Amino acid sequence: MYSEKVMDHFSNPRNVGEIENADGVGEVGNPTCGDMMNIYIKVEDNILTDVKFKTFGCGAAIATSSMITEMAVGKTLEEALDITRNDVAEELGGLPQVKMHCSNLAADGLRAAIEDYRNKQNIKK
Amino acid sequence: MKQIYMDHGATTPVDPLVVDAMLPYFTEKFGNASSLHSFGQEATSALEQSRQQVAASIGAKPEEIIFTSGGTESNNLAVKGVAYRNSDKGKHIITSTIEHPAILNTCAYLEKEGFEVTYVAVDSDGIIDMDELKKATRDDTILISVMHANNEIGTIQPISDISKLAKEKSIYLHTDAVQSLGKISVNVDELGVDLLSLSSHKIHGPKGVGALYVRKGTLLQALAHGGSHEHRMRAGTENISGIAGFAKAVALADERLVDDAKHMTQLRDSLIGKVMDSIDDVELSGHPTNRLPNNVNLRFSFIEGESMLLFLDMKGIAISTGSACSSKSLEPSHVLTAIGLRPEDSHGSLRITLGKDNTHEEVDYVVDALVEVVGRLRAMSPIAGKMSLK
Repeated sequence: MYSEKVMDHFSNPRNVGEIENADGVGEVGNPTCGDMMNIYIKVEDNILTDVKFKTFGCGAAIATSSMITEMAVGKTLEEALDITRNDVAEELGGLPQVKMHCSNLAADGLRAAIEDYRNKQNIKK
Repeated sequence: MKQIYMDHGATTPVDPLVVDAMLPYFTEKFGNASSLHSFGQEATSALEQSRQQVAASIGAKPEEIIFTSGGTESNNLAVKGVAYRNSDKGKHIITSTIEHPAILNTCAYLEKEGFEVTYVAVDSDGIIDMDELKKATRDDTILISVMHANNEIGTIQPISDISKLAKEKSIYLHTDAVQSLGKISVNVDELGVDLLSLSSHKIHGPKGVGALYVRKGTLLQALAHGGSHEHRMRAGTENISGIAGFAKAVALADERLVDDAKHMTQLRDSLIGKVMDSIDDVELSGHPTNRLPNNVNLRFSFIEGESMLLFLDMKGIAISTGSACSSKSLEPSHVLTAIGLRPEDSHGSLRITLGKDNTHEEVDYVVDALVEVVGRLRAMSPIAGKMSLK
């Protein structure tokens, strides 16, 4: 049902965990749907230097979380905001149609984390 | 890698003795039971012996057995067959909220055809609410269909109590005994049913064959029209090899029932006890004791079932998140919703259905694997330790 790359990211997820004193945190999904994702980011000079995740969900939810942490690190915030759900799915070699909507939350999670970072920056200013 | 199969509620391996019983009917005894020559007579004799075997197992008469392609067809024939044939008496059907999709979707189809269906609720253990059932009966009720044992949570229903009510009100009673056959006693007179569905592949028989018991005098309409096979209730050349295999599987299940049930109950209780002892925040779904000997349904807080299933599969363990029929949809199980679980609790559920050949060593291996997998996923979960899902 899942591609080899999805299974790889699911069984050896990259960058699992929380970042202490994260610059931004994105929380998306809800347990009712069966998928919840927290994305933590560190930002230096407008560049994502560290991205980590914690996820409650199916294989696709965990694999997309892991995938996006790899895709996002080293990107500028603007570049990171351009990553779409489809980009993540494509990078993983595709996702089953039934999973495209519910479990493919990682791009939303990253966006929420960046927004959280920007809100915090505005408050500081 | 070690392979452990604990998804016998989905299907079972065919017993080698069953395969032996089937083989002659593919090549040497390949006749059509409707033919009058000796090839046909051989097939007829196998067919009627099989019918006697299946009938005897459930306390029925041979002429009360209709062979079908399996549980789903049997359920369709029972519900639609009674509905169409008795619609002059009424168009009201009663069933439960936790039936197999083969009943629920058949009822939904009949609703579109102008029948009315009442879905009676179950309690938190999955037992049907008898008061609500009683209140649901009407003068125009023609059928009550309640499953003998549930396929997801294993809860066994009080069919003989329902039978008293049905008899009092002269309503036909059907039960889906697909999951209970071979695990607990299935006897049509003790249960007091008019119709009963059976399937072969859940009891180490081949796929694609099953039966519907129809008590003598029950008014039923055929759904498939053609030749005069199966007492004109199910047209089509009989699947002799499959039927012979089914009958052999029934015979073996009867012989082994007491021992198998005892063995599976021990494994079940050991598995539940060990998981509860070694993992926190786990609950058993379904009735604690009034459940199938081989059914374990556990919900693990803070994590999701599919990811548990995938990790266990990598360790060679085959289990399921709900029933195999619904695992490709994302909706929480209708059964777990009906027993009052919130969607977030349902999502963390696993169904483990044991078989006669599973061992205590396998149970221990599965418990160890669960400890590891649950720990791993909880470490990844954003809600573990932060909120209680109960």
